[in-house]
Formats: sequence, structure tokens, C-alpha cells
Amino acid sequence: MTSEPAHMNPARSFQGLILTLQRYWAEQGCVILQPYDMEVGAGTFHPATTLRALGPKPWRAAYVQPSRRPKDGRYGENPNRLQHYYQFQVILKPNPPNLQELYLGSLEAIGIDTAVHDVRFVEDDWESPTLGAWGLGWECWCDGMEVSQFTYFQQVAGFECSPVAGELTYGLERLAMYLQGVESIYDLNFNGLEGDRKVTYGDVFLQAEQEYSRHNFEYADTEMLFRHFRDAEAACRKYLEAGEPRSGSNDSRHLMALPAYDQCIKASHVFNLLDARGVISVTERQSYILRVRELAKACGAAWLKTEGGGVAA
Amino acid sequence: MPDLLLELFSEEIPARMQRRAAEDLKKLVTDALVERGFLYEGAQAFSTPRRLALTIMGLPVKGKDVREERKGPRVGSPDAAIQGFLKGAGLASIDQARIESDPKKGEFYVAVIEKPGRATTDVLAEILPQIVRSFPWPKSMRWGAASAEAGSLRWVRPLQSILCTFGPETEDPEVVRFEVDGVSSGDATSGHRFLAPDPIRVRRFDDYVPALERAKVVLDADRRKDMILHDAKDLAFAQGLELVEDEGLLEEVAGLVEWPVVLMGSFDEAFLDIPPEVVRTTIRANQKCFVLRDPATGRLANRFILVSNLVAADGGKTIVGGNERVVRARLSDAKFFWETDQKVKLEERLEKLESIVFHEKLGTQYERVERIAALSRELAPVVAADPALAERAARLAKADLVTEMVGEFPELQGLMGRYYATLQGENPSVAAAIEEHYKPLGPSDRVPTDPVSVAVALADKIDTLVGFWAIDEKPTGSKDPYALRRAALGVIRLVLENNLKLSLTSLFAKPFARTASSALFAEFLKAKELIEAIEQSPFAPVVEHPSVSELAGIFRQRQIAEAEKLARIMHVRALDLLSFFADRLKVYLRDQGARHDLIDAVFSLEGQDDLLMIVRRVEALGRFLDTEDGANLLAGYRRAANILRIEEKKDGRAYDEAPDLQIVNDHGLIEEKALAVVLHQARQEAATAVESEDFEGAMRALSRLRQPVDAFFDKVTVNAEDPAVRANRLRLLNSFREATRTVADFSRIEG
Repeated sequence: MTSEPAHMNPARSFQGLILTLQRYWAEQGCVILQPYDMEVGAGTFHPATTLRALGPKPWRAAYVQPSRRPKDGRYGENPNRLQHYYQFQVILKPNPPNLQELYLGSLEAIGIDTAVHDVRFVEDDWESPTLGAWGLGWECWCDGMEVSQFTYFQQVAGFECSPVAGELTYGLERLAMYLQGVESIYDLNFNGLEGDRKVTYGDVFLQAEQEYSRHNFEYADTEMLFRHFRDAEAACRKYLEAGEPRSGSNDSRHLMALPAYDQCIKASHVFNLLDARGVISVTERQSYILRVRELAKACGAAWLKTEGGGVAA
Repeated sequence: MPDLLLELFSEEIPARMQRRAAEDLKKLVTDALVERGFLYEGAQAFSTPRRLALTIMGLPVKGKDVREERKGPRVGSPDAAIQGFLKGAGLASIDQARIESDPKKGEFYVAVIEKPGRATTDVLAEILPQIVRSFPWPKSMRWGAASAEAGSLRWVRPLQSILCTFGPETEDPEVVRFEVDGVSSGDATSGHRFLAPDPIRVRRFDDYVPALERAKVVLDADRRKDMILHDAKDLAFAQGLELVEDEGLLEEVAGLVEWPVVLMGSFDEAFLDIPPEVVRTTIRANQKCFVLRDPATGRLANRFILVSNLVAADGGKTIVGGNERVVRARLSDAKFFWETDQKVKLEERLEKLESIVFHEKLGTQYERVERIAALSRELAPVVAADPALAERAARLAKADLVTEMVGEFPELQGLMGRYYATLQGENPSVAAAIEEHYKPLGPSDRVPTDPVSVAVALADKIDTLVGFWAIDEKPTGSKDPYALRRAALGVIRLVLENNLKLSLTSLFAKPFARTASSALFAEFLKAKELIEAIEQSPFAPVVEHPSVSELAGIFRQRQIAEAEKLARIMHVRALDLLSFFADRLKVYLRDQGARHDLIDAVFSLEGQDDLLMIVRRVEALGRFLDTEDGANLLAGYRRAANILRIEEKKDGRAYDEAPDLQIVNDHGLIEEKALAVVLHQARQEAATAVESEDFEGAMRALSRLRQPVDAFFDKVTVNAEDPAVRANRLRLLNSFREATRTVADFSRIEG
């Protein structure tokens, strides 16, 4: 690993960290996917996790997911917080019996030597009210710092996971800061080069953080967003209904679970934006979360009627 | 006698569940054994982050043999009866049965059934899988390929292996063989995850513990705690510092490591400008580390103690460095919160409380603050507080809930408010009340004494209690989600320990009225929201709905119509809250060692709603009954009450009219006349004394009845031949009984 050139080295470059994790999980039989092409709040929202966690079919995937949490924007002024950041997501269904060892192997691969680093699994149960999902697991600590979330999914979209999938989420920026020994996200070396050719995380994202913070907190068009929420909700329902198996047909599969789920994702992100703009009261907040969850549940139910969800073609 | 060793090895068990789980395991296994007739000499259970272990000493090798004789049918019975008997007794042919004779029954068959005791290992192999399957984890999960099937094994985290051996000390024990969902028992376990991951063969508990120690696992949680505490104190001492002990944190940390290695880290001294509670909470909550103080000044030091799970190749340098990094980042956050919070005055934050719902039916925190402020002002004169200060303190009491710091560390609520209030130059009593109004938080927590704090603390708790009673959300059984029992106990302690004289009924009146009207208002707001939602939706034209102004009209009318009904309901609920207080006071007094019968004797008098007076009365009654006069008067009371009970039952009527003094004068004996006179005086005196809260005086007045009562029973026959005289004497006794009620209901007194 130390023999890697700096631009590929997980301890020297942000991209090296991503590439190393991808390679490691590819060796464990994961399909290495690309980020989902929609705005999401976390890697879990990618259909490769949310939907693929449902149904009996085995599934192994890993991918980077840019994640947006509008409320976490700090105009680029906080060294530890971003409204847009990267998660590295791994899902293995069913979870192999040695998933903890595989995870520790991935830390070894990115240069965390367990002979000198104190790695611990500290209770942290995971729940996503918007996805109607929960699981048990840990936050994984390295020398007192949370570097990953490790979850055994028990329920997704209101359905029991059978079999259970194991999900790993690495907070890439935080992990890279530790590996590179820098105190601010913006100082991360992105490409591993030095001098004129060095590109930092700040070079790539600082302007975006400033602009999006302004957008998220001050200017996002709330009227449009409220409309988009209603539209996405209606479209989701419409596609779900249109995709229902035709009565009298031999084919009992649902035909449009994925397009419907896209609208659920959209509604969720629009809600996060509205929340950041501060135009949703506490009581309304709960009801918006419930509305998204209802969509997620309906999409999960539809997915279970598709081939990917385990129905024979 | 052989011993059992059982270890259930899994992925990391939450620290907070470990100790309870070990105890549960011990109880479940030993109970199951005892239930099947297997007694044992001793049992011990242990836990680490990755294992529950149990050893049971001195079990028998097998169960007791059981010999049973079963009577059968008479010799020569029909074949069906014989066959049934053979089947039931497990015999192959009737030759195996004995024939006995009986003078009444004649000759009949007897089967002797001998059941050899079952091998203990067989019984264990039967019990243990059931216990594993139904283990009472607070939260459990499914995992792996097996979870595709319904009903697969649940455990707190994936169960990886089971070790189970059984045998005597002198021989090689055998493995108790069983399987739970694909996990088979054996005689192997694993050591420390990183320091000694290879499998270890184990024979019995005596070599299990040292084998684990060699493999860098300390099995006993209490020993891990001792090691941590000892090493932490040593490290601190070496630096001339003192550990700030924290039992809760110690227990948790001992559940996060199998091999504790205690290390010390430091942080920039500049962070010590933040309040020490914040430094401590930051380091404790986020990092599970201990803080240290300078024994000379008592102030926090810029050091912390961390407990790692690793004997690191570099002596812990990397681990300390990593932890310091995180502590630095966390303290930077805390410092940022501390500084930004000071830029906004507390009163400017109140508006934000409008967005925090306290309870769906009880409105927002903002509305709550309004109610508490009004109540604090009303209470101020009663507790000798300045009404303006009390109101000010109440108004600011919840403002810190919307500071960055309390958002991050909710447990600092109140304390941060006090800091920020002091910094913005509030009156010291106001600042103190902001912190202290949550107190007392439990039976051992300190009770505030500053009048301003007392006023706000009472108002906060009474508002909570009245609110939840008004919406009929009372604690039931073990369920008390809003900690209402604690709030009531808080009120009781505030009142008693500050010697406050106040009537609960009148205290409740206004808050009940406020809550009732706001409940109706909340309903109106909800309906209004609904109508607005309909109007914005595409369905507006097709749904029939009133406009918002029509709705206001409807509610105004309802308000008038409902006001009376609501007032009646609230009255009933206020009485119910009062009796809740009576129950809590009884519990409190019992805990303080007061006699429960004396409490009952005072409570069964009507109109008791002044906590301080109730307690004083109970105390005075106790002292009185300890005197000779008191004891004799009680005896006299019982004699009178007995006679009355018998005679009133016999006659089917009560003698509750006043005695006719004319009859006493004309026909009475001297003792009877004396009693009538003293009774009249004593009763009046006692009543006057009670009026002025002089319970001792009231008791003294009653004690003057002792001599004439004794003399009356000595000389006077109650059941006189003249029915008029008899009735009048019964009235006289009744009058005596009534007199005692001025201080307590003597019928409730025991002993």
C-alpha cells in the first residue's frame, strides 16, 4: 500500500482512499457501482441499498455516494461540517458470517494498522424514519473517532429483511482527515500531488459550500419546493399505480417500482431543503416525514413484486 | 461434584446490557435446573464486550432415580383394560406386573416403573438451546443466511460460538453437545480480537479464566473496573492531579474493553475558559474519557484519561494522538457554541421556543413559559420571593433550550442558562433559579432554598402536573413517561423542606383554568390548520368545509357551551390530582419512617390539602400517642367505638344527635355529668387549637378527656334500663368519638 504512488495512496490523497476501498470491496465480490444520479441525504437512499436490501436475492455492492444535508451547510467556515459530502457505502446480503473481519480488513487496506490503532465497535442502533428502516450495529471507533457505521438491517421500507443485509458506511472526509493528519476538510489533499499540481478538497468544493449554504438557508425557492414536493408525491403514487400488475394477466410483476422510488427520493430531498429554509414547523415536520415514509413503504412493496425483489420472471 | 462452564461468544454486546445479561443467564439456567430437580452449590456469571460466561459449581452427574408403583385393574379384567394398563405403565406383557391382593378389591395387578435419573449433560443439552432462543435481550436481531427463514435465532448481535463443558475437577470434562441454529457447542473460544485472536481450548472454569488472561481478556467486569480506576488514579497522581471519578462512565467503559489499557492525553489550556461542566460533558459524552483536576485548586486540568482496548506496539502514542485530535475538535465545537451563544440574549431566544412542541395537547414551550411565568408571579408572595424576579426567572428559565450548547448536550439544560444569565448581568437569584428550577430531580437531589428558585421550581412542576391531569394523561402502573411522580415528589419536598404553608386546591385552580381554555384553543388551531390544508389542496373545490372565520364562530359558541362542562371535568381532575398528591405524600412519609396508620388517620379527615399541616399533624399525633395520656385516650376511644358499633347495629340506627344535657342533669351519675362538661370544653378547645395550627395544643385539650372517660366506663352502665337514658349515653359516647376527629380519625390507628 505504501508502495502506491501518492495519487493512489489512501493516506496521501482523498481519491486514493476511494480507489483503495473500491478495490478492496471489489475483491470481496461486490459490484462497484457509481453514485446514484439524484440528490440524496445518505448512501442508504441509493436503490442499490434501499431496494436491494429487500427480497431474498443475494446482493453485494459498493459505491461512493455524494450526500446532501442542506441543514449542515456552514458557508465553508466550519472545518468539520459540509452540506455536501461523500459516503462510501457497502452492502452485503445476506451478511457473511465474517463481516466484522472483512470490515477490519478494509481498514488495514487503507492503512489503519490494528497493532497501533484502537479499533472498537460501540453500540449505535440505526433508524431512518423517512425510509421506515432500522437495524442494529455499531459506530466503529478508531482511536476515539467514529470512522464508520456498521448496521445489520432488520427492516427497510417497513418490511422485514429476509435475509438480513450488512451495511457499512464510511464517512470519507473524516477518515481522510485522520489518515492525512489535517485539521480542516478543506486542507485535504485530493489528488495526492504536491506543489502547483496539488488539488485540495477546498479547491474542489469550497466555493460550492459557500454558494449552496446561501441557497439552502436563504434563497431556495420555497414556493417551487412545496410544489415539487406535492408533484413528486403525486407522481410517485401515479407510477406505482400504473406499474401494478394488470388484472387477468399472467404476469404478476410490478412494472415501475424504480421510477416511482426516484420520486420518493426527490420528495425526501425537497423536504430536507424546506427544512433547512426553516419553513416547516415542528408539527408539520413529523407529517412530512410520515408522507415520505408512506411513499418509501409503497415503493418497497412494489419492489418486492419485481424480479429484483425476488419474483420469478 | 462436577461443574458446568458455559460461554456464549458474540460480536460486540452493548456495554449497557452486559451486566444484566450475565445475571439473566445465571438465573435462567439455574432456575431451569432446579425446576428439574438438579440442585447446585454455587453459580457465577460474567460478561465482557464479546462474551457472556456462566459457571455452576457442584451439580450432580445425573438426576435422582425415580421408582413408582402403579395400581392396575383386577386380575381377570377384560382385555381392553389390561392392554390400557400395560400401555400406560410401559410394560410389554402382563407377566412383568406383580399381583397383589387386597381384602376389599381382591387380586389386582401392580406395575413397578423405575425411571433412572437423566444424565445432567442430557438435561443441559435440552435446557440451554431453549434459553439461548428465548433470551430476554432488551433489543435483539437476526443475521446472516439463516435470517431468510422465519423464526431464525435472535441474539443481541450475531452469536458466533458456544463453549459448554461439564465434568468433575479431577477428570477431563466432556463437552455438552447441542446446537442452536447452526452454532454447535464445543470446547473452544477466542481471545482478544487483536492481541490474541487464535482459538483457545478450554476444559473448565479454573483453566478458562487464566487462559483468557493469557489471551488478553479479563473476564470479570468488576476486575476490569478496578484495574481502570487504579491505573487512572496512578497516572493522575504521577502528574500531581486527581481523577474526577464517575461511576457511570467507569461501568460503561469497562463494558467497552476486554483488556483495559489506561492512557493520558492533553488538550490546549485555552479550552479551560469554557465552563468546567461543559469540558467534562464534552469529553465524557463524546469520547467516554475521564477528566482530571488539580487537587490544590479543585479546577479542571488540561488532561484527560482514556481507556483503550489495546497494548499498542508504539506504547499507545498513536492512540493518544488520535484521541487528542477528537477531543480538540469537540472542545473547539464547545468553545464555538459557548462564544456564539453569548451573542444572543436569553430573552431574544424566547421566540424560538414557539417552534418547540412540549406536548401535542399542551402547546409549545413558549406557551408553557407564559404559564410558568404567571404562576411564578402568583406564587412569589407565598414563598416570600420578589414577584418581579420570580417572573423574570421563569421567563428565562427555558431559553437555554434553544442555545447551541444545550442543543448539543441536553443534560446541560439549566446550567447553561445560569451561565448565560450571569454573563448578561441578571440578578444572581434569577440566574440561580434558571438552573435550580429543575430541582429536585430525585429523592436525594438537593432542594433549592432561594425563594426565587423555589417559586419557579414549584411553578414548573405544578404546570406539568396540572397540564397532564387536565388532558387525562396520568401515570399508570410502572408507566410514567413524563416523570409525573418525580414532579409531585419535587413539589412535596420543596414545600416541606422550605416550610411552606399553602393550599394545593387553590394552587391548582388557576393553572387548571388556563390549561382548559388553552386546550380548547389548541383544538381550534388544529381545526384551522386542517381547513387551511384543505384550501391549499387541489381537492378544495370538492370538499365541503367551513371557512376559517366560520370556524372561529363555531368555537366561540362552543366555548360558552363547553365552559361549564369543562369546569366540571376540571374540578374532578383537580380532585384526582389532589389524591395523587396524597398518595405520593404517603409514600414520601413512609420512606421517612412515619407510621402509615397515622398518615391514614390524618388523611381520612376531610379537606386536607396543605402538605405542611398534614405532616405537622401526623408528627403531633405520633408524639401524643407515645404519651400515657395518648395511649389511654386511644383505649377509651376504642371502648366507646366498640360499644357504639354493637349497639348501633343492634338498634339499626345511629346515635349521632347531640346528647340531651337535660337528661344528663336529671338522671345522670356524677361521672356522666363530668364527661359531658369536659367533653364540651375539650372539643371547643381542640377545635380552636387546630384552627390556629397548634396540633400539640389540640392533643393536649383532648388528653383532658382521658380521666372523665375512664371514670365514665368505670361507673356508668351504658345499657341502662330506661331507653331514653340508654340512648342519651350512647349519644354522649358518640360525641366523644366525634371530638377525637378534630385531630385525626382514631379508627385508622393500629397497634
